[in-house]
Amino acid sequence: MSILIVDYNLSNLGSIRRSLEECGVSPVVSEDPGKLKTASRIVLPGVGSFTDGMANLWKMGWATALQEAVREDGIPLMGICLGMQLLAEEGDEGGTVGGLGLIPGEVRRFVPGDSSTRIPHIGWNEVWKASRNDLFEGIPDGSDFYFVHSYHFIPRHKEHILATTPYCGDFVSAIGMGNVFGVQFHPEKSGRPGFQILRNFLKL
Amino acid sequence: MLKLRVIPTLLWKDIGLVKGVGFDSWRRVGTLMPAIKVYNTRQVDELIVLDISATSENRVPDYESMKEFSAECFVPLTVGGGVCSLETIRGLLRAGADKVAINSAAYGNPGLIREAAEKFGSQCIVASIDARRNPNGGHDCFSLCGSKATGKEAGAWAREVESLGAGEILITSIERDGTMQGYDLDLLKRVTDSVRIPVIASGGAGNYQHMAEAISLTGCSAVAAASIFHFTHQTPMEAKEYLSARGIPVRNVNVREGSR
Repeated sequence: MSILIVDYNLSNLGSIRRSLEECGVSPVVSEDPGKLKTASRIVLPGVGSFTDGMANLWKMGWATALQEAVREDGIPLMGICLGMQLLAEEGDEGGTVGGLGLIPGEVRRFVPGDSSTRIPHIGWNEVWKASRNDLFEGIPDGSDFYFVHSYHFIPRHKEHILATTPYCGDFVSAIGMGNVFGVQFHPEKSGRPGFQILRNFLKL
Repeated sequence: MLKLRVIPTLLWKDIGLVKGVGFDSWRRVGTLMPAIKVYNTRQVDELIVLDISATSENRVPDYESMKEFSAECFVPLTVGGGVCSLETIRGLLRAGADKVAINSAAYGNPGLIREAAEKFGSQCIVASIDARRNPNGGHDCFSLCGSKATGKEAGAWAREVESLGAGEILITSIERDGTMQGYDLDLLKRVTDSVRIPVIASGGAGNYQHMAEAISLTGCSAVAAASIFHFTHQTPMEAKEYLSARGIPVRNVNVREGSR
């Protein structure tokens, strides 16, 4: 199985690579979109702002290549944190900017409900399944995962919501549409349930 | 519900793991790698690793060592020490840090926090603030490992770094550091009241009750500690059991060992 981790010069790639290795695969970290054609799984990680993320994806030739790989070649892709957000049609971190548009929806900043809610949302919080799905197979409902973000994905269609998390109301912490998945938390930093998400993604 | 975090802090100096008192009298307490492995196996909520001699020795962070540490670390990792430019931040993120702590450099160049937040996102930029109580009951900020007065008051500086885009504040009481006498609750309260970003309490934890007090009395989002874990038999997991028994939400108090 050939796992490709998209390197668009923004992220902590070491952690996700090491975590996948712990799951028994040998991922390739690449800056070359040409490698997508031969990948059997794509991981789009991300730390950074939406605007910079998209700028780098365009500049390095990833944006169109990812859209083709997912839509035409049907390769399963998982976006993590900013990588999930970039799947949206648009985001408003650092100005309104178009995203990859792989799952209908937009990315917005948290609006705190009360004065004790601190933004960014940093730390361990529960993930509740919205429906039975293969990505969360074997993971107890309400398991804690590690989050660190100020923005969240608002999908246009409810059926794309895989899981939600209680913060500033409930926000969508995992999405899926066909072969495209996104998780707002960091599976590579979330202990046992995190490793299970990665293994499930490899099995899909 | 978002959980309160218990975070071991590892101070790193000349390749060794150290702990001091009042930012001085450093004692070597081991090497970093085994400590990271133990905390990884025990699934701590998060780890803070600070290279406390980088800035005073005027050198950039040791990326290669950090890469080795992070390869063994599957828990969230905040790294600081010697962070003075966008390049050092990029280097640490690429070496495996999830968050980067900026301290001394921010006083001379506050724009660094703004640029870093714009480039890498606020969520990975931690403003680390070291403060000492002054005779008027206020708290003054110090840079260069507590050695240089900055003229900044802790609450005001916390607000300033928040407005520049820092995503979190690590606030350390210099005189409580290493004493195990309890956190400086006034300092914590001053900072948590001043900002709307998460605040990590640091400096002085000597027992679990100190942690519970800091959380319930100041509204901090996490408690960091070092001496208590180096020099006593107390552990992050027991700390969380204690906090949980007092109604404070923490993560997986029932899991003891094994990460995967």
